[in-house]
Amino acid sequence: MPFQAPEIEWLGIAPELTVAGTALLLLLVDSLLKERFPRFVIPLLATAGLLVAAFLAVKGWEFARDEGAALNFSGMIAVDAFSVFGKMSLATFGLLTVWLAREYLRRELIEEAEFYALILFAVAGMMLMTSAADLVVMFLALETFSIALYVLVGFRRGSLVGQEGAMKYFLLGAFSSAFFLLGIAFVYGATGSTLLYRAGGADGVSGYLATTPGAEVGLLVLAVAFLIVGLGFKVAAVPFHLWTPDAYQGAPSPVTGFMAAGSKLAGFAALLRLLDVVLFPLVWDWRPLVIGIATITMVVGSVLAVVQEDVKRLLAYSSIAHAGFVFTGIIAGNDRGVSGSLFYLATYGLTVLGAFAIVAVLGGKEERRTRLNDFRGTFNEHPMLAGLMTLFLLSLAGVPLTSGFVAKLVVFGAAVEAGYEWVVIVGVLASAIAAFFYLRVMVVMYMVEPEADAPRARLGPLSLGVLAVTGAATLVLGLFWGPLIDLAEQARIFAG
Amino acid sequence: MADFPFLDIAIFVPLVGAVLIGLVPRRLEHTIRWGAFGVSILTFLLSLGLLVNFDASTDGFQLGSRAEWIPEWGVSYITGIDGVSLWMVLLTSFLMPLCVLASWSITRKIKPYFVFLLALETGLLGVFAALDMFLFYLFWEATLVPMYFLIGMWGYGNRLYAAMKFFLFTLVGSLLMLVGILYLYFTGGELTFSYEALLGTPLAMATQRLLFLAFFASFAVKVPLVPFHTWLPDAHTEAPTAGSVMLAAVMLKLGAYGLIRFAIPLFPDAAREMVPWIVGLSIVGIVYGALVAAMQSDLKRLIAYSSVAHLGFITLGIFVGTVEGMSGGILQMVNHGLSTGALFMLVGALYDRRHTRLIADYGGIAGSVPILAGVFLFVALSSIGLPALNGFVGEFLVLLGTFLSLRWWVVPAAFGIVLAAVYLLWAYQRVFQGPLTHEDNRRMADLSWREAAMLAPVCALILFIGLYPKPFLDRINPAAERVVQQLTESSVIPGSSRFAEGR
Repeated sequence: MPFQAPEIEWLGIAPELTVAGTALLLLLVDSLLKERFPRFVIPLLATAGLLVAAFLAVKGWEFARDEGAALNFSGMIAVDAFSVFGKMSLATFGLLTVWLAREYLRRELIEEAEFYALILFAVAGMMLMTSAADLVVMFLALETFSIALYVLVGFRRGSLVGQEGAMKYFLLGAFSSAFFLLGIAFVYGATGSTLLYRAGGADGVSGYLATTPGAEVGLLVLAVAFLIVGLGFKVAAVPFHLWTPDAYQGAPSPVTGFMAAGSKLAGFAALLRLLDVVLFPLVWDWRPLVIGIATITMVVGSVLAVVQEDVKRLLAYSSIAHAGFVFTGIIAGNDRGVSGSLFYLATYGLTVLGAFAIVAVLGGKEERRTRLNDFRGTFNEHPMLAGLMTLFLLSLAGVPLTSGFVAKLVVFGAAVEAGYEWVVIVGVLASAIAAFFYLRVMVVMYMVEPEADAPRARLGPLSLGVLAVTGAATLVLGLFWGPLIDLAEQARIFAG
Repeated sequence: MADFPFLDIAIFVPLVGAVLIGLVPRRLEHTIRWGAFGVSILTFLLSLGLLVNFDASTDGFQLGSRAEWIPEWGVSYITGIDGVSLWMVLLTSFLMPLCVLASWSITRKIKPYFVFLLALETGLLGVFAALDMFLFYLFWEATLVPMYFLIGMWGYGNRLYAAMKFFLFTLVGSLLMLVGILYLYFTGGELTFSYEALLGTPLAMATQRLLFLAFFASFAVKVPLVPFHTWLPDAHTEAPTAGSVMLAAVMLKLGAYGLIRFAIPLFPDAAREMVPWIVGLSIVGIVYGALVAAMQSDLKRLIAYSSVAHLGFITLGIFVGTVEGMSGGILQMVNHGLSTGALFMLVGALYDRRHTRLIADYGGIAGSVPILAGVFLFVALSSIGLPALNGFVGEFLVLLGTFLSLRWWVVPAAFGIVLAAVYLLWAYQRVFQGPLTHEDNRRMADLSWREAAMLAPVCALILFIGLYPKPFLDRINPAAERVVQQLTESSVIPGSSRFAEGR
């Protein structure tokens, strides 16, 4: 049998390749030219790489729109509008993180090329996650961004909380990866393939589901449960959330923001593709499980956030609660649910990056001032920072005129449309609880007098730029959300 | 001139003003104060344009505009007013300049204060004008944030607790309403948030009941009906004067307005079924609010509880199912805004002088501040419902409407008026009459020109409505008749209305 070279559409993974290539280039440049060039070249290169990746993603969007969604690399990579939407969002998150990190790393005296390279590797892995149409590719993507994040969480080597967070994240992350692998093994056992879609000679999971009578898919159902556990860990869903507060607190704030925005998007992108598309025939099997996870995630995240005294931990629990809100869109399983979840992930990412940018600035040297009490009277000292933080917090709380409200509206709307009002009622009650702790931060910033000798925070131009972008996005997407929801609706085109 | 978009401009002028004031350097305190005053006056003049162009012969919505906003989700910008919202818009824009004047005594963080105050006005006007459920919800929630900051940053001792309680109570209610709105959106069939398009949505009785409760949760907290009132005394007492005025005069009306505009017309059958409960709660509110008010030692808290009683009258009027009751309830919304707003201004004036709100710290001060005492008595009498003053007209109509449909329920309601006389006159007596009890109070200054300027228009209007309410009622009646018709005529189950037989 003659060897047949698979047909390859490079555009499908061009953004990933660009980002990963830039990361390698950064390391090379850094080790070859050591100290003989201005340091800003490194973040500049990273920026350029991410911009090119974003540009290629847009090209991919046009491709998916004109040529229709396609499978690539013998069906292992999906080139569709859905993945492109994810990649564009991830490139944006990556850019904002790089800009924010520049001033942060200089302040902490840890500016090294490895940091930027790791961010880029993580972005590449997350991007691949949105495209993966084969469970093994998905696992590779998952590990690529996870390992980069393990290192990034512990990047402040001198910090004990950083080390603790990284250790916890790594141990529990490895554990969850094992679950994910087990799930893959079961899928292979059930269907004889790890492909998601029918491609080449293989049936893939969707082909298997189309041809197998419902009573015989038991093993696959078990596999789905394991896959949900593995991915649920990455998106910080209860009860797989235990690493979240420690990792979020220990990581450098720009990394925390990036994790909250990026891991969530990557994890949920995989969940959306798996549950709402490939495994949708099994919806009656996985839905009860996901409803259970969603409701306890919303409630536990919101309730535990109430008692937090550290702003980073508070935002960590809030991020857990938000995972629950995104799950309501997945539970809905309808068109609005998919586009609503995408919209949610994109807007939440921008908002949470902004919030952690503020924490990075206000936290001061070595992030010693991230406790709620350290934010006392911020409004008197830095009215603009307090105002922006208020905007982000209101958005996280889901108050109208912010993108967070619209995001909740679209996923809750999808769930109502699908007939899951009671899940939505749990969701809104959890939001009401959540509003309490967002308000607590505002109370501290506005209504309590500042400490007498509090050091002034320094806001550099790049951080200011990140805040301007995220702040504007939070406000504008709350008022004129038509274009983005339109994009998210177009992104419902899946391969396969 | 009727084509000029008075309404839409009036809604957004305060917001633009707030942004502009935000750009003024904070040391230019006079510019900020007078700027805020100018913006609020301009808004009031624009809303007078509404009054001039309002056509009282129709019960439809008018003077609004309509534009696509988020076509992907069927969200539009639709505004318009009828006889109910006309007066609410006017009440808001009329009181705002007076609130700005009442805020002259604010000396800390002046700039954000006026920014929040003006932003609040945009939210309030928007709620009354919005005819798209999404837009309505936006404005509804947008009133929460500025008020939260007004209470929390410029309030009195227990302000943090009060602000938090206010925000969370209202938020829980409105989130449930949001679920209701979403359900209605998907059930309506057209995937639109337009109020008029959703109005005729046929709903099964069980669904109507649940949706009514979801909306009711939001409005009942805002009104507030007993037993959802517990946030009110704290918020009203701890808020700065202008905050209390806006809370009592306008924000409580948001709840009553929501019942009239949304809860009844959208779910008429469920509303009819709920009438005995709501009427019962209203009457409990009237009596309970009055009794608790009588027991207060804090002047502001006393007025806060009196609002519970007065709002009971308003919901009673709205739900008795007669045009008289409905018109009276709506007029009473305006009246309560004027009287209670003025009472809070007066208490604020007293507080500015003596920095206490306790009744026991005053006593016999009529001799030192005769004009203030006179105005207080005048406003208190209007609040009680003395004939020839505005409160009488509204309360009389409500009682008449109640008598026409529910007969003997009128007795406890009328008893509430007696109790109002008890707590307000008793408070007046303890504060102003008798011998001077505190030597410090002897040198108290009487009303300043600024204070007189903010109270005089209210007093004039109190007298005007009391003597000649026709221009008000003429514009209210068509809308009131429409809503009463919706409430009393069944759309699903024919002739099930028990209380309709009593008419």
